Amino acid sequence: MPNKIAIIGDSESIKGFAAIGFDLIECDKPEKAGALLRNTAETELYSIIYMTEETFVSSERERKKYEEKSLPAIIPVPGLKGNCGIGRQRLSDFVERAVGSDIIFNN
Amino acid sequence: MAVMNVNPTRMQLQKLKKQLNTALRGHKMLKDKRDELMRQFLDLVRRNMELRVSIEEQLKKCNESFASAGAVMSSEMLTQSLLTTSQKMFANPSTKNIMSVNVPVFTTEKRNNDTSAVYPYGFAFTSFELDDAVSALAKVSEQLVELAEIEKSCEMMSVEIEKTRRRVNSLEHVLIPRYTDTIKYISMKLEENDRSSKARLMKVKDMLLEQAHHYSEQE
Repeated sequence: MPNKIAIIGDSESIKGFAAIGFDLIECDKPEKAGALLRNTAETELYSIIYMTEETFVSSERERKKYEEKSLPAIIPVPGLKGNCGIGRQRLSDFVERAVGSDIIFNN
Repeated sequence: MAVMNVNPTRMQLQKLKKQLNTALRGHKMLKDKRDELMRQFLDLVRRNMELRVSIEEQLKKCNESFASAGAVMSSEMLTQSLLTTSQKMFANPSTKNIMSVNVPVFTTEKRNNDTSAVYPYGFAFTSFELDDAVSALAKVSEQLVELAEIEKSCEMMSVEIEKTRRRVNSLEHVLIPRYTDTIKYISMKLEENDRSSKARLMKVKDMLLEQAHHYSEQE
Protein backbone atom coordinates (compact mmCIF):
# COMPACT_ATOMS: atom_id res chain seq x y z
CA MET A 1 0.00 0.00 0.00
CA PRO A 2 1.52 3.38 -0.95
CA ASN A 3 1.75 5.57 2.11
CA LYS A 4 4.79 7.80 1.82
CA ILE A 5 4.70 11.50 1.16
CA ALA A 6 6.99 13.18 -1.34
CA ILE A 7 7.65 16.74 -2.33
CA ILE A 8 9.08 17.74 -5.69
CA GLY A 9 10.70 21.14 -6.14
CA ASP A 10 13.89 23.14 -6.16
CA SER A 11 16.22 22.19 -3.32
CA GLU A 12 15.94 25.54 -1.54
CA SER A 13 12.15 25.44 -1.36
CA ILE A 14 11.73 21.89 -0.20
CA LYS A 15 14.63 21.53 2.22
CA GLY A 16 12.50 22.28 5.25
CA PHE A 17 10.05 19.49 4.52
CA ALA A 18 12.75 16.93 5.26
CA ALA A 19 12.50 17.84 8.94
CA ILE A 20 8.84 16.88 9.14
CA GLY A 21 9.39 13.57 7.40
CA PHE A 22 8.58 14.07 3.72
CA ASP A 23 10.75 12.48 1.03
CA LEU A 24 12.55 15.16 -0.95
CA ILE A 25 12.81 14.88 -4.69
CA GLU A 26 14.98 17.69 -5.90
CA CYS A 27 14.20 19.22 -9.23
CA ASP A 28 16.23 22.33 -9.99
CA LYS A 29 15.17 22.44 -13.63
CA PRO A 30 11.39 22.74 -14.02
CA GLU A 31 11.49 21.06 -17.45
CA LYS A 32 12.58 17.83 -15.79
CA ALA A 33 9.66 17.88 -13.37
CA GLY A 34 7.44 15.80 -15.65
CA ALA A 35 9.87 12.90 -15.84
CA LEU A 36 10.55 13.08 -12.12
CA LEU A 37 6.85 13.05 -11.33
CA ARG A 38 6.32 10.04 -13.56
CA ASN A 39 9.17 8.14 -11.96
CA THR A 40 7.97 9.03 -8.48
CA ALA A 41 4.37 8.08 -9.15
CA GLU A 42 5.32 4.83 -10.85
CA THR A 43 7.15 3.54 -7.81
CA GLU A 44 3.70 3.32 -6.18
CA LEU A 45 5.20 4.12 -2.83
CA TYR A 46 3.69 7.54 -2.47
CA SER A 47 0.12 8.38 -1.59
CA ILE A 48 0.67 12.13 -1.72
CA ILE A 49 3.07 14.04 -3.94
CA TYR A 50 3.36 17.76 -3.28
CA MET A 51 4.88 19.90 -5.98
CA THR A 52 6.11 23.47 -5.87
CA GLU A 53 4.14 25.69 -8.20
CA GLU A 54 6.90 25.95 -10.80
CA THR A 55 7.31 22.21 -11.17
CA PHE A 56 3.55 21.75 -11.01
CA VAL A 57 3.02 23.98 -14.03
CA SER A 58 5.72 22.34 -16.13
CA SER A 59 4.46 18.79 -15.57
CA GLU A 60 0.93 19.31 -16.81
CA ARG A 61 1.02 16.53 -19.38
CA GLU A 62 2.16 13.91 -16.87
CA ARG A 63 -0.38 15.01 -14.29
CA LYS A 64 -3.32 14.38 -16.61
CA LYS A 65 -2.81 10.65 -16.23
CA TYR A 66 -3.37 10.76 -12.48
CA GLU A 67 -6.37 13.07 -12.58
CA GLU A 68 -8.98 10.34 -12.25
CA LYS A 69 -6.97 7.96 -10.10
CA SER A 70 -7.40 8.28 -6.37
CA LEU A 71 -3.69 7.80 -5.72
CA PRO A 72 -1.30 9.54 -5.74
CA ALA A 73 -2.79 12.92 -4.89
CA ILE A 74 -0.71 15.57 -6.64
CA ILE A 75 -1.01 18.89 -4.86
CA PRO A 76 0.65 22.25 -5.63
CA VAL A 77 2.22 24.20 -2.78
CA PRO A 78 3.92 27.60 -2.99
CA GLY A 79 7.71 27.47 -3.10
CA LEU A 80 10.33 29.95 -1.98
CA LYS A 81 9.64 32.18 -4.95
CA GLY A 82 6.25 32.99 -3.55
CA ASN A 83 2.70 32.25 -4.41
CA CYS A 84 1.54 32.73 -7.97
CA GLY A 85 -2.05 31.70 -7.34
CA ILE A 86 -1.91 28.34 -9.09
CA GLY A 87 -3.61 26.50 -6.24
CA ARG A 88 -6.53 28.91 -6.25
CA GLN A 89 -6.71 28.90 -10.01
CA ARG A 90 -6.89 25.11 -9.84
CA LEU A 91 -9.86 25.22 -7.47
CA SER A 92 -11.54 27.72 -9.72
CA ASP A 93 -10.96 25.33 -12.64
CA PHE A 94 -12.58 22.49 -10.68
CA VAL A 95 -15.69 24.58 -10.11
CA GLU A 96 -15.72 25.61 -13.74
CA ARG A 97 -15.46 22.03 -14.87
CA ALA A 98 -18.23 20.85 -12.55
CA VAL A 99 -20.69 23.70 -12.84
CA GLY A 100 -19.90 25.12 -16.27
CA SER A 101 -18.75 28.48 -15.01
CA ASP A 102 -17.03 29.61 -11.86
CA ILE A 103 -19.90 30.68 -9.63
CA ILE A 104 -18.03 30.61 -6.33
CA PHE A 105 -14.68 32.30 -6.64
CA ASN A 106 -15.51 34.47 -9.67
CA ASN A 107 -12.00 34.97 -10.89
CA MET B 1 -38.27 16.06 -35.15
CA ALA B 2 -35.72 13.30 -34.99
CA VAL B 3 -37.28 10.02 -35.95
CA MET B 4 -35.21 6.87 -35.74
CA ASN B 5 -34.91 4.63 -38.74
CA VAL B 6 -37.29 1.83 -37.66
CA ASN B 7 -40.17 -0.13 -39.11
CA PRO B 8 -43.54 1.21 -37.92
CA THR B 9 -44.76 -2.02 -36.34
CA ARG B 10 -46.43 -2.80 -33.03
CA MET B 11 -43.50 -4.86 -31.88
CA GLN B 12 -41.12 -1.99 -32.50
CA LEU B 13 -43.51 0.34 -30.68
CA GLN B 14 -43.55 -1.88 -27.61
CA LYS B 15 -39.79 -2.13 -27.65
CA LEU B 16 -39.35 1.63 -27.94
CA LYS B 17 -41.82 2.26 -25.13
CA LYS B 18 -39.78 0.02 -22.87
CA GLN B 19 -36.58 1.77 -23.87
CA LEU B 20 -38.14 5.16 -23.24
CA ASN B 21 -39.17 4.03 -19.79
CA THR B 22 -35.64 2.93 -18.99
CA ALA B 23 -34.23 6.17 -20.37
CA LEU B 24 -36.62 8.22 -18.23
CA ARG B 25 -35.73 6.26 -15.13
CA GLY B 26 -32.01 6.57 -15.87
CA HIS B 27 -32.39 10.27 -16.49
CA LYS B 28 -34.08 10.82 -13.16
CA MET B 29 -31.47 8.84 -11.27
CA LEU B 30 -28.54 10.54 -12.99
CA LYS B 31 -30.10 13.92 -12.32
CA ASP B 32 -30.40 13.06 -8.62
CA LYS B 33 -26.81 11.86 -8.61
CA ARG B 34 -25.63 15.07 -10.26
CA ASP B 35 -27.52 17.26 -7.79
CA GLU B 36 -26.23 15.42 -4.74
CA LEU B 37 -22.66 15.36 -6.07
CA MET B 38 -22.88 19.05 -6.79
CA ARG B 39 -24.12 19.84 -3.30
CA GLN B 40 -21.30 17.91 -1.68
CA PHE B 41 -18.74 19.26 -4.14
CA LEU B 42 -19.62 22.88 -3.44
CA ASP B 43 -19.30 22.36 0.31
CA LEU B 44 -15.98 20.62 -0.16
CA VAL B 45 -14.57 23.17 -2.56
CA ARG B 46 -15.39 26.02 -0.16
CA ARG B 47 -13.63 24.19 2.65
CA ASN B 48 -10.74 23.52 0.28
CA MET B 49 -10.34 27.21 -0.49
CA GLU B 50 -10.33 28.16 3.21
CA LEU B 51 -7.73 25.53 3.95
CA ARG B 52 -5.57 26.51 1.01
CA VAL B 53 -5.59 30.19 1.91
CA SER B 54 -4.59 29.40 5.49
CA ILE B 55 -1.88 26.92 4.44
CA GLU B 56 -0.42 29.27 1.86
CA GLU B 57 -0.25 31.98 4.48
CA GLN B 58 1.52 29.66 6.94
CA LEU B 59 3.92 28.32 4.34
CA LYS B 60 4.81 31.87 3.39
CA LYS B 61 5.78 32.54 6.98
CA CYS B 62 7.78 29.30 7.10
CA ASN B 63 9.62 30.26 3.96
CA GLU B 64 10.40 33.67 5.39
CA SER B 65 11.83 32.05 8.51
CA PHE B 66 13.87 29.64 6.40
CA ALA B 67 15.17 32.56 4.38
CA SER B 68 16.27 34.39 7.52
CA ALA B 69 17.79 31.19 8.90
CA GLY B 70 19.67 30.84 5.62
CA ALA B 71 20.95 34.38 6.01
CA VAL B 72 22.33 33.72 9.49
CA MET B 73 23.70 30.22 8.94
CA SER B 74 25.78 28.83 6.14
CA SER B 75 23.88 26.95 3.50
CA GLU B 76 25.82 23.71 4.17
CA MET B 77 25.06 23.92 7.85
CA LEU B 78 21.38 24.48 7.13
CA THR B 79 21.15 21.53 4.78
CA GLN B 80 23.06 19.32 7.17
CA SER B 81 20.79 20.29 10.06
CA LEU B 82 17.63 19.50 8.18
CA LEU B 83 18.57 16.39 6.30
CA THR B 84 19.67 14.32 9.26
CA THR B 85 16.12 13.86 10.42
CA SER B 86 14.80 10.66 11.92
CA GLN B 87 11.21 11.79 11.66
CA LYS B 88 9.13 10.20 8.95
CA MET B 89 5.55 10.99 8.12
CA PHE B 90 3.16 8.60 6.41
CA ALA B 91 -0.30 9.11 4.98
CA ASN B 92 -2.15 5.81 5.01
CA PRO B 93 -4.81 5.87 2.34
CA SER B 94 -8.27 4.39 2.55
CA THR B 95 -11.24 5.24 0.38
CA LYS B 96 -14.60 6.82 0.98
CA ASN B 97 -17.48 6.40 -1.41
CA ILE B 98 -19.26 9.65 -2.22
CA MET B 99 -22.04 8.91 -4.74
CA SER B 100 -19.94 6.16 -6.34
CA VAL B 101 -16.80 8.30 -6.51
CA ASN B 102 -14.07 6.60 -4.52
CA VAL B 103 -12.22 9.48 -2.95
CA PRO B 104 -9.13 8.92 -0.82
CA VAL B 105 -9.00 9.49 2.92
CA PHE B 106 -5.58 9.85 4.49
CA THR B 107 -4.73 9.04 8.06
CA THR B 108 -1.41 10.40 9.13
CA GLU B 109 1.13 8.38 10.98
CA LYS B 110 4.46 9.50 12.33
CA ARG B 111 7.42 7.33 13.06
CA ASN B 112 8.14 9.38 16.12
CA ASN B 113 5.23 10.99 17.91
CA ASP B 114 7.43 13.14 20.10
CA THR B 115 6.92 16.80 19.13
CA SER B 116 10.62 17.49 19.45
CA ALA B 117 11.43 14.82 16.86
CA VAL B 118 11.20 17.44 14.14
CA TYR B 119 14.39 19.05 15.40
CA PRO B 120 17.02 16.64 14.16
CA TYR B 121 19.87 18.98 15.05
CA GLY B 122 21.54 20.22 18.18
CA PHE B 123 20.51 23.71 19.18
CA ALA B 124 24.05 24.89 19.79
CA PHE B 125 25.07 25.78 16.26
CA THR B 126 21.79 26.65 14.64
CA SER B 127 19.83 29.87 14.67
CA PHE B 128 16.47 30.30 16.37
CA GLU B 129 14.90 31.27 13.03
CA LEU B 130 15.41 27.71 11.92
CA ASP B 131 13.61 26.41 15.02
CA ASP B 132 10.72 28.76 14.26
CA ALA B 133 10.53 27.63 10.67
CA VAL B 134 10.62 23.95 11.50
CA SER B 135 8.05 24.17 14.26
CA ALA B 136 5.72 26.18 12.01
CA LEU B 137 6.14 23.59 9.28
CA ALA B 138 5.41 20.76 11.72
CA LYS B 139 2.19 22.51 12.69
CA VAL B 140 1.10 22.86 9.10
CA SER B 141 1.96 19.26 8.17
CA GLU B 142 -1.34 17.73 9.33
CA GLN B 143 -3.25 20.42 7.50
CA LEU B 144 -1.23 19.72 4.37
CA VAL B 145 -2.38 16.12 4.42
CA GLU B 146 -5.98 17.22 4.94
CA LEU B 147 -5.58 19.62 2.02
CA ALA B 148 -4.32 16.78 -0.17
CA GLU B 149 -7.32 14.68 0.78
CA ILE B 150 -9.88 17.40 0.11
CA GLU B 151 -8.25 18.69 -3.03
CA LYS B 152 -7.99 15.23 -4.55
CA SER B 153 -11.65 14.62 -3.66
CA CYS B 154 -12.64 17.87 -5.34
CA GLU B 155 -10.64 16.96 -8.43
CA MET B 156 -12.23 13.53 -8.74
CA MET B 157 -15.70 14.84 -8.02
CA SER B 158 -15.43 17.59 -10.58
CA VAL B 159 -14.50 15.01 -13.23
CA GLU B 160 -17.42 12.81 -12.19
CA ILE B 161 -19.88 15.72 -12.14
CA GLU B 162 -18.82 16.72 -15.64
CA LYS B 163 -19.40 13.18 -16.88
CA THR B 164 -22.78 12.89 -15.15
CA ARG B 165 -23.84 16.28 -16.44
CA ARG B 166 -23.05 15.25 -19.99
CA ARG B 167 -24.99 12.02 -19.56
CA VAL B 168 -28.02 13.83 -18.13
CA ASN B 169 -27.96 16.35 -20.95
CA SER B 170 -27.61 13.78 -23.67
CA LEU B 171 -30.50 11.79 -22.24
CA GLU B 172 -32.64 14.86 -21.79
CA HIS B 173 -31.99 16.58 -25.08
CA VAL B 174 -31.15 13.78 -27.48
CA LEU B 175 -32.23 10.32 -26.48
CA ILE B 176 -35.59 10.96 -24.81
CA PRO B 177 -36.94 13.34 -27.53
CA ARG B 178 -35.82 10.87 -30.17
CA TYR B 179 -37.72 8.05 -28.48
CA THR B 180 -40.89 10.09 -27.94
CA ASP B 181 -40.82 11.34 -31.52
CA THR B 182 -40.36 7.85 -32.91
CA ILE B 183 -43.12 6.47 -30.70
CA LYS B 184 -45.43 9.23 -31.88
CA TYR B 185 -44.46 8.57 -35.50
CA ILE B 186 -45.11 4.83 -35.20
CA SER B 187 -48.45 5.21 -33.43
CA MET B 188 -49.62 7.76 -36.00
CA LYS B 189 -48.53 5.50 -38.80
CA LEU B 190 -50.37 2.56 -37.22
CA GLU B 191 -53.54 4.60 -36.74
CA GLU B 192 -53.29 5.76 -40.31
CA ASN B 193 -52.95 2.15 -41.45
CA ASP B 194 -55.98 1.22 -39.36
CA ARG B 195 -58.06 3.98 -40.85
CA SER B 196 -57.05 3.17 -44.40
CA SER B 197 -57.78 -0.55 -43.99
CA LYS B 198 -61.13 0.27 -42.37
CA ALA B 199 -62.07 2.53 -45.28
CA ARG B 200 -60.96 -0.14 -47.74
CA LEU B 201 -63.06 -2.77 -45.97
CA MET B 202 -66.13 -0.54 -45.99
CA LYS B 203 -65.64 0.12 -49.67
CA VAL B 204 -65.23 -3.59 -50.43
CA LYS B 205 -68.29 -4.40 -48.34
CA ASP B 206 -70.29 -1.85 -50.30
CA MET B 207 -69.11 -3.32 -53.57
CA LEU B 208 -69.95 -6.88 -52.48
CA LEU B 209 -73.43 -5.87 -51.28
CA GLU B 210 -73.96 -4.04 -54.52
CA GLN B 211 -73.04 -7.18 -56.48
CA ALA B 212 -75.33 -9.37 -54.37
CA HIS B 213 -78.43 -7.24 -54.11
CA HIS B 214 -78.17 -4.70 -56.92
CA TYR B 215 -79.42 -1.84 -54.68
CA SER B 216 -78.81 0.80 -57.30
CA GLU B 217 -81.05 -0.95 -59.83
CA GLN B 218 -83.93 -1.30 -57.32
CA GLU B 219 -84.17 2.44 -56.75
